[in-house]
Amino acid sequence: MSFLTIAFVALFYIATLILVVGLARRIRLYWKTPAPLKIPTTPAPTTQSGVALRMFREVVFFESLFKSTKWTWLFGWVFHMALFAVLFRHLRYFQEPVWAPVAFVSPLFKYLAFAMVIGLLGLLARRMLVDRVRYITAPSDILMLLLLLGIGVTGALTTFVAHTDVVAVKSFFRHLMTFNFETMPNVPTDPLMVVHLLLVGVLMIIFPISKLLHAPGVFFSPSRNQVDNPREQRHVSDWAKKLEN
Amino acid sequence: MAKAEFEVPELTEYTEVPKLEVGAMAHAKSFVAAPEFQQALNFKGELQDGWEQEVIDHMGDLLGKYRSLQVYLDSCVKCGACTDKCHYYLGTKDPKNMPVARQDLLRKVYRRYFTFAGKYFPKLVGATDLTREVLDDWYSYFHQCSQCRRCSVFCPYGIDTAEISMAAREIMDRIGLGQKYCNEIIGKVFRIGNNLGLPGPALEDTLEGLEEDVFDETGVEVKYPIDQKGAEILLVTPSADFFAEPHVDGLIGYGKVFHEAGVSWTLSSKASEAANFGMFIGSYENMRRISMRIREAALELGVKRIVFGECGHAWRVAYSFLNTLAGPFDFLDPKYPVPQHILEFTWGEMQKGTLNIDKSLNDDLVLTYHDSCNVARGSRMGTEPGGQFTIPRNVIKAVCNNFVDMAPETIHEKTFCCGGGGGLLTDDLMELRVKGAKPRMDALQNVIEEHGVTNMAAICAICKAQFTKVLPYYGMGMDMIMSVHQLVSNAIILTGQVTEDDDDESAEDAA
Ligand code: HEM
Ligand code: HEM
Ligand code: SF4
Ligand code: SF4
Repeated sequence: MSFLTIAFVALFYIATLILVVGLARRIRLYWKTPAPLKIPTTPAPTTQSGVALRMFREVVFFESLFKSTKWTWLFGWVFHMALFAVLFRHLRYFQEPVWAPVAFVSPLFKYLAFAMVIGLLGLLARRMLVDRVRYITAPSDILMLLLLLGIGVTGALTTFVAHTDVVAVKSFFRHLMTFNFETMPNVPTDPLMVVHLLLVGVLMIIFPISKLLHAPGVFFSPSRNQVDNPREQRHVSDWAKKLEN
Repeated sequence: MAKAEFEVPELTEYTEVPKLEVGAMAHAKSFVAAPEFQQALNFKGELQDGWEQEVIDHMGDLLGKYRSLQVYLDSCVKCGACTDKCHYYLGTKDPKNMPVARQDLLRKVYRRYFTFAGKYFPKLVGATDLTREVLDDWYSYFHQCSQCRRCSVFCPYGIDTAEISMAAREIMDRIGLGQKYCNEIIGKVFRIGNNLGLPGPALEDTLEGLEEDVFDETGVEVKYPIDQKGAEILLVTPSADFFAEPHVDGLIGYGKVFHEAGVSWTLSSKASEAANFGMFIGSYENMRRISMRIREAALELGVKRIVFGECGHAWRVAYSFLNTLAGPFDFLDPKYPVPQHILEFTWGEMQKGTLNIDKSLNDDLVLTYHDSCNVARGSRMGTEPGGQFTIPRNVIKAVCNNFVDMAPETIHEKTFCCGGGGGLLTDDLMELRVKGAKPRMDALQNVIEEHGVTNMAAICAICKAQFTKVLPYYGMGMDMIMSVHQLVSNAIILTGQVTEDDDDESAEDAA
C-alpha cells in the first residue's frame, strides 16, 4: 500500500467515526432535551400526520424559505436537491452489485453536478453581495461554501474532463467497508480525485460540529414539529413536573 | 405630546428594506429593575462579581431544559432569510435588530463556551468571550425584540428569535440584571392581582360605573359582576379593559354578549388580569405562578368555563400554555375547550342567532383589522388552523358593513407587530416603539389612502395601548384604534333596548 493509500485509510475511518458518533450524540441530545411548552408556529397542523406533511414540505420544498426570499430559495433548493441526487448516484461506488435504481439514474444524474455548483455559486454571491447577509457571515460560512464548491468542482472535472480510475476508487472503498486490507488496491493518484476525497473527509469531520447540524436540527425544531393541540393535551416535561408538588 | 427627540420615519407605500446603519439603536436601553423588584420574583437583586460564570452556568441549565434553545442555537445556517423580516430592523436600520444577528449575540457566547469549534477556533466561527460589552448588548437588543415570532415564520427551520430572547432575559434576570418594566408589573400581579395594581374595591366601583353607563345608554340592566360564586363563566381579561380607552368599550361589549346569550358570568378580583408577563421574561416558574391564580379563582368561584378577553400574549399563554402550566381543568365543563376566547364565544352565539345585530350602526366606520402577533403565530381559535384569522374577521364583518384587509404580506401569519409587544410597552423605549411601528403604519396608511379606512380594530391590550400612543407620531388620530367588541357593542341591540330609531324619532319629534 502506498503512503497515500494508508493516509486515506486512516482519514476515512477517523472521519466516519467522527461523523457517525458525533451525529448520534447530537441527535441523542436533541432527543433527550425536553420541550416543556407547545410552541409550534401557528397556523399549525392539529394532527401528527399533519405535522409529518408540514415537515415533508419543509425538507423537500423548503416551504418557509420559499415564502421568505425567492433567490435564496432558488439557489439553496437547487443546490440541495442536486446534492442529494449526486449522493444517490454515489451509491454506485459503494454497492456490489449496484442497486438497479442507482444504475438507472446514473447517466442522467451526473449532469446535476452543474446544478450543484451553480446553486453554490449563487449562495456565495448572495453572501458577499447583500449587505445584510454579509453582516451575519463568519469566515466559516464562506469556507463551508468553498469546501462544497471544491468537492463539486473536482468531482465534476473528474467526471467530465479528466477521468479517474473509478474501478480502483470503488475497490478501495469496498475494501475499507469490509475491513479487508489484504488485497486493498492503491487509491488513484490523479490530483483531482485526491483533492476530492480529501475534501470529502474534511466535510465528514466538520459535519457534527458545524452549522451542518441543520440537517438533523430541522426535524427537531419545536416550532415545526409540534402538533397544535395544547387545549386538549397537557404537555408537562419532567423538570416542570417537579414544580407541581 | 407627539413631539419626538428622534426622527420619526417617513411612511412609504411599501416597507422598503433599508441599508444597514451599524449602532443605530445601541443607545436604546430600557430601565433596569431595582433589587427589590428582582427579589420579589426570586431573582438575584443585582449583578455581582463572578457574573460571567453565572451566565455560563445558567445558559447550560437552560440548554438542558429547552430543546428549542439547543436546536436553534446549533441549526442556523446564516442563510439571511430572516434578516428583512423584523419590524425593528425595518424601522431602525440597526443590523443587530435583524433576527439572526440578535440570536448571534447569544450564539457567539454559546459557541465559545459550549462547542468544539468555538472553543478552539473562535475567530473562524464568530465566537467571542463573554465580556461586559457583550452583556450590555444583550440587555439592549434582547429588549428590542417584541417576541412576535415573525422571523420564525420565514426561517427554513422555524428558528424563533423569541425563544432566544426569552432565554437571554431569563439569564439576565437570574444574575440580577432584570428589566424594570416587566418585573415591576409581575410584582404587582403577585401583590395586588393585576398589572395596573387596581385593588378589588376600585374594580367594583369601576364595574358599577359601567353598569350605570350601559343602563343610561340602553335602558337595559346589563350586569358586570365580580367574584360571584356559582357563575357559569369566569372571564379573565387584561386590566386595561377596566378603564382605558378603547379597551373598556370592549369590556362593555363582552358584558352585552353574555347578557344576550343568557349565561351567568363573573370577573375575579384574584385573577383580575389576563396578561402574563412571565412569558416575556422567559420564566417558566413565574409564568406558572401567574397562571395558577386563574386555576385557583376558577376553583373558588366554582365556575364551569373560563373565557379570556381581548389580549394577545395573554391568549397565547392561555391557549398554548395554561392547560400545561395550571391544568388539568377536569373540574370544568368538558363540553367546552379550556380556555375559550371571547371571540370564539361571541362567534358561537352569532351562529346560534342569539344576538340581535344592526350592522348599520357601524356605517360611519370603514374598518381594517390588525392581527396581533401572539394570536396569529402563537395560538389558534376554533377548531381549524387559521381560525385565529377568520373568527375575528367573521365577527367584524357580522357587525360592520365596511371592512378591508391590509396588504396580504402584512396580515395573518405575516402580520407586523404593533411595535410595543413582548415587554417593551414602556416610555423608556418610545423611540423603538415608534420606529418599530413603521411597517404596520405603512400598510395602514395604504388602506387609508386607497379605501378610505377610518379605523383599525385589534384584540390585544398591548396593541391598543401602543397604537394609541404611536398613531399621533405618524399624523393619525389616536382614537383610530378600536376593540373588536367595541364594534360588537355598537351594533348589538339588547333585548328590550330603547333603540336608536326610537331616539331619532323622538329627536325628530322634538325638532
Ligand atoms: C435534511 C436535510 C437538509 C435540509 C432540509 C437542508 C435545508 C437547508 C436549507 C433550507 C438551507 C437554507 C437555504 C440555503 O442557503 O440553501 C440550507 C443551507 C445550507 N445547507 Fe442544507 N439542508 C439539508 C442537508 C444538508 C447537507 C447534507 C449539507 C452538506 C453536506 C447541507 C449544506 C448546507 C449549507 C452549506 C448551507 C448554507 C448555504 C449558505 O451558505 O447560504 N445541507 N440547508
Ligand atoms: C467517500 C465519498 C466519495 C467518493 C468515494 C467519491 C467519489 C467520486 C468519484 C469517483 C467521482 C467521479 C465519477 C466519474 O468519474 O464518473 C465523483 C464525482 C463527483 N462527486 Fe464524489 N465522492 C465522494 C463524496 C462526494 C460528496 C460528499 C460530494 C458532494 C458534497 C461529492 C460530489 C461529487 C460530484 C458533484 C461529482 C461529479 C458528478 C458525478 O459524477 O456524480 N462526492 N465522486
Ligand atoms: S421575534 Fe419579532 S421582534 Fe423578535 S427578532 Fe423576530 S421578528 Fe424581530
Ligand atoms: S432564517 Fe433561520 S437559518 Fe436563516 S439566518 Fe435566519 S435564523 Fe438563521
